[in-house]
Amino acid sequence: MSNWYMLTLVGADKPGIVANITKTLYEADCNLGEASMNRLGGNFTVMVMINTEHSENAVKEKLALPCKDQELHFHIDKIEGKLHNHHVPDISIIVSGADHAGIVAQVTNALYDAGLDILDLNSDVAGSEDKPIYICQIDGQAQDGIKALEAAIIPLREKGIDISLREIETMVG
Amino acid sequence: MSIKEILTYPDSRLKQESSEIEKFDALLQSIIQDLEDTMAEGPGAVGIAAPQIGYPIRSVIVDVSSRKKIKHHGHLVLINPEITEWHGLKTGREGCLSVPDFTGNVVRAEKIKLNAYNQLGESMNFEMEGYEARAVQHEIDHLDGLLFLDRLVSRKNDLFKRKNYK
Ligand SMILES: [Zn+2]
Repeated sequence: MSNWYMLTLVGADKPGIVANITKTLYEADCNLGEASMNRLGGNFTVMVMINTEHSENAVKEKLALPCKDQELHFHIDKIEGKLHNHHVPDISIIVSGADHAGIVAQVTNALYDAGLDILDLNSDVAGSEDKPIYICQIDGQAQDGIKALEAAIIPLREKGIDISLREIETMVG
Repeated sequence: MSIKEILTYPDSRLKQESSEIEKFDALLQSIIQDLEDTMAEGPGAVGIAAPQIGYPIRSVIVDVSSRKKIKHHGHLVLINPEITEWHGLKTGREGCLSVPDFTGNVVRAEKIKLNAYNQLGESMNFEMEGYEARAVQHEIDHLDGLLFLDRLVSRKNDLFKRKNYK
């Protein structure tokens, strides 16, 4: 019987790291499911679903040495592998500003109260060191309709938060 | 007249180029009926191409009239469709009956000019934009053996990240 695990890997970003990791997983008898890799603040990060016959401890043992060689921290959780069940976002939200203290918390809480189910969130700090710009992109589903979200962003805008909302219409053909 | 099975990736027939239709005969009409019936069964599809049900001929159906607040030309049966002009580019999210449980961003022309025949063999011209233009481009890709998977762009491409120029 095979099991699903969520493997999290964090380390310094270096050339070839994805190739190394996928080879390591392949050699450890782990098949890949959905994965998300990001470079965050110069660090390599990946969360990847792995499917394997091995037990959690056996996977840990197999990964310990190659991860040490590649200077990667790793963490494993047993999960349920629910594939083939993607949710399609119908709304995309962009939040930006010079100062990000508390912006995301305010925005996500207000939108949650208005029925937003967040499916994907990416945020970035751009600009320069002395003039950082914070940019956050959220994709989600408007469970209570888009009008509810449009109403919810008005008070946020009044507080000076730059926030825009765009409907995503997925074309299936 | 029947609902056909929709071929799904990686079926090699989806990668074939479809051939021009020369006869507007009873066989063509029955294939179009199969397309109509199969599209009506599909979950929320606004278009379908003959090769998706196993007929490698240049025929598609596009009907985006169920969408609110957009310009469209109603229910269209397009035979030998050909785009003659492309204007502007826009990223949008697409899915495909032949690629279940996956959606992704694709860049398409925002406005197009299109020549095609209807199922009686009468020549038609259209100027299309937005969602309808996207649907037509997606379906014509099927006739050329292309899937939207071939055109995926990064989901982060929406926002331009400016480089620092020093
Ligand atoms: Zn398609």
